[in-house]
Amino acid sequence: MLEVHELSVSFGAVRALRSVSFDAEPGAITAVLGANGAGKTTLLRTISGLVKPLSGSVSFDGGDLVGRSVESIARMGVAHVPEGRGVIEELTVEENLRLATLWCLKRSERHAAIEEILELFPRLQGFRRRHASTLSGGERQMLVLGRALISKPRLLLLDEPSLGLAPLITAQLMAMLHEQTEGKDLTVVLVEQNARSALSVSHHAVILNLGQIVVSDNAAKVSADDALRHHYLGF
Amino acid sequence: MTLFLDYSLDGLANGMIYATLALALVLIFRATRIINFAQGAAGMLTTFIAFSLISGGWGYWWAFLVVLLIGFAIGAATQRVLIRPLAGKSELNPVIVTIGLFVVYEGLAGAIYGNASRGFPAAYSQRGLHIGRTAVAFSYFDLFILIAVLVLMAATFVLFRFTALGLRMRASAFSREIARLLGVRVGLLLTLGWGLAGFAGSLAGLLAAPTSSFGPYYMDLIFIYSFTAAVIGGLESPIGALIGGLIAGLCISYVGGYLGSGLEPLGALALLTVALMSRPEGIFARPPARRV
Amino acid sequence: MGAAAFTKFVRLTRQPMLRHLLVAVAAGAILYFLTGRLSQYNDYQVGEIASYVVVLAGLSLLTGANGQFSLGHGGFMAVGAYTLGLFMTHTGTNFVLELAAAAGVAAVAGVVIGLPATRLKGPYLAGMTLLFALSIPGIADKWPATFGGDQGLTVSAPTAPGTLSQEEWLAWIQILCALIVFVLLANLLWSRYGRTFRAVRDDEIAASLAGIHVARTKVLAFAISAACAGLGGALLVLSTGIVNTGEFPLSLSIQLLAAMVLGGTGTLFGMVWGGILLVYLPQWSTSLSSDFSLGTGANAYLATIIFGLVLIVAMLAAPNGIQGGLRWLWAHRPRPGQGDHGAPAPITVSASD
Repeated sequence: MLEVHELSVSFGAVRALRSVSFDAEPGAITAVLGANGAGKTTLLRTISGLVKPLSGSVSFDGGDLVGRSVESIARMGVAHVPEGRGVIEELTVEENLRLATLWCLKRSERHAAIEEILELFPRLQGFRRRHASTLSGGERQMLVLGRALISKPRLLLLDEPSLGLAPLITAQLMAMLHEQTEGKDLTVVLVEQNARSALSVSHHAVILNLGQIVVSDNAAKVSADDALRHHYLGF
Repeated sequence: MTLFLDYSLDGLANGMIYATLALALVLIFRATRIINFAQGAAGMLTTFIAFSLISGGWGYWWAFLVVLLIGFAIGAATQRVLIRPLAGKSELNPVIVTIGLFVVYEGLAGAIYGNASRGFPAAYSQRGLHIGRTAVAFSYFDLFILIAVLVLMAATFVLFRFTALGLRMRASAFSREIARLLGVRVGLLLTLGWGLAGFAGSLAGLLAAPTSSFGPYYMDLIFIYSFTAAVIGGLESPIGALIGGLIAGLCISYVGGYLGSGLEPLGALALLTVALMSRPEGIFARPPARRV
Repeated sequence: MGAAAFTKFVRLTRQPMLRHLLVAVAAGAILYFLTGRLSQYNDYQVGEIASYVVVLAGLSLLTGANGQFSLGHGGFMAVGAYTLGLFMTHTGTNFVLELAAAAGVAAVAGVVIGLPATRLKGPYLAGMTLLFALSIPGIADKWPATFGGDQGLTVSAPTAPGTLSQEEWLAWIQILCALIVFVLLANLLWSRYGRTFRAVRDDEIAASLAGIHVARTKVLAFAISAACAGLGGALLVLSTGIVNTGEFPLSLSIQLLAAMVLGGTGTLFGMVWGGILLVYLPQWSTSLSSDFSLGTGANAYLATIIFGLVLIVAMLAAPNGIQGGLRWLWAHRPRPGQGDHGAPAPITVSASD
């Protein structure tokens, strides 16, 4: 379980997050929504350690995350798929996947883990030995998701996975995400601009506006509230 | 015709030395986007240490090995102490620090050992070999250079392509942030990269010493020729360093042979200028990577 | 009546160009008194400092204002010095013309190097200019007949007028050149050209979108700084009387860099600190090494080591050099009626002018 408490982040004079507090439960997807510049990406980057907060705390399963290095947070089972996907283009698909296994799997286990992920994303099979730069947007998204899942994370942070993807692929991705989370030990925090598709698979929804949480509620209720949707989410 | 052959063989042997130092530059540049201007001088300093050890009675090969390790240590320490604190600010400040180091190393060598040129012993005979009855400008020592550098290149290649450590190092160089998010201890790898570069630099110093006027400045020109080689090869790949080294070695040898050794730096300048103007990314570089 | 004229005078001094001129004249007057009172040896040193200031001012413009990094300015100094030597050996023209020729030929060399340099950034440019500095001795050695070989060429300043000592006269020539260069460069940096230089330094793409011809600007900056280096090199060899390659080793280019960085990259007045460093550090380190009874060989090397350490420490602790530090102190001086300003903006290497 992820607990974010009174998290404040600023970049120079700009306050990106103001006393943000919310919880994300395991076996569920928590959507973080809001307009551009609301602070959603900053929130994820603070949780994974790329950004140091001014004040507040982030704890996962009782362990404190603030102040730890990015690598040590990752080794706690936190997988962050950043904005723009973060495929390492100069490496092959297989190397991208293998890289993620190096800290958690023994050499003998790595191959099997890669096979498992390639079964989950059969489309990547053909690109196995190809450089990641040759992949399309949707394929890259599959790769980084696979790379995140291969280390069997306990906390998965996703930053706008649907960006630039066709609606069909987005739907498939969301469905897969739901399947991987439901009833399992995985906590997912999903940042999305595409609020509609995010709400359709989430259990809980948090809306950020200008760095502050304005709504934190059950996803179905947020979906049903027309006024809320119009005002903060634009549909 | 024999002159051409001689210049070519000479250029090849020198080119291997440039390739070694170029490899050191590539390793550091790939990881930290810095040109380590002190790399040649560091190699010079460690070779002086070898000289002291050998003069003090150590066996050649023991001194050789120890000095390679010292080079590794100096490289790693430099990164930890001087370069890491400057990370993230202006890109040029670390470069200026390495220039300062370059000067300090030469000053140290001069202060401790003095300016007089001395001879550094060669591991093997430096006399030209004979093929049939013709003397060729290639000696056992040149053969040693060839083999040593090829072994180094091969080891580097294997390291990067086939080991988990190499994968981590490549990932850290290509995409530092993503590598960290995947649990890679990037900081340690940067230090390791600098250490390996120091190792290669020491090797270059040891290989170059017997054929140069061995004094505090003997690595200056070799450094800048190796820089030229690295630029030709693209500053991104070890293979590029090798090919670049050979090209630079040959070209400079021809210039020195046909036009006079005093004009070698000018030849290198022309070569460097042409390389930078025509393909600033070098022959082997991939298109500029997107940094995440 | 007097008050009106005075007010008008004060208003005039707000004009940067005029202000620079006035400051230079004032400095000149002070220096005139100073050199009159100093010993001949000290005059010699002041003149040396002035010559170095000429070189450093150009370098500061190139690196600080225009963002181009050169490790080869020792080479441009050599070009200027050798030009002076050749003119003096083979022609008997006017001294001022000879100095101008030194600067001019060096400027041409600056264009030659500056053209490929437009495509290069930071370390690449450093490498190329380093190679340039390393190639100069080879050229001179290749044609010893023209360039005087090991012994080099001889140069001499015109004889001092009247009862003035030769040292004082020479120092005055050097100081005058330094003051002129100061005024010219200060005005240049304050003018539209200065803004163009800085625009190119800060963001080449933005500058070219704004209509600035980026390559031309960079080459111009290189030419100007090379001209300064050439002039300074010529002035310096007048002190020793000989031009040969031994005067311009690689270490000179690096010492110029250290002096510029310590003085304050991008500033003009800071270059005075740099010049003082260049002239007094070798002396000071000589006395230091005799204090520690190191061998005579160690002297030269101690100075080198200290220069290197200066570079390293400056980059780690004080990238803006002495002048930058002074400016920071001035900006943060306690002012009446104002509380704490809060955290100051971070200082970067490319100090604004």
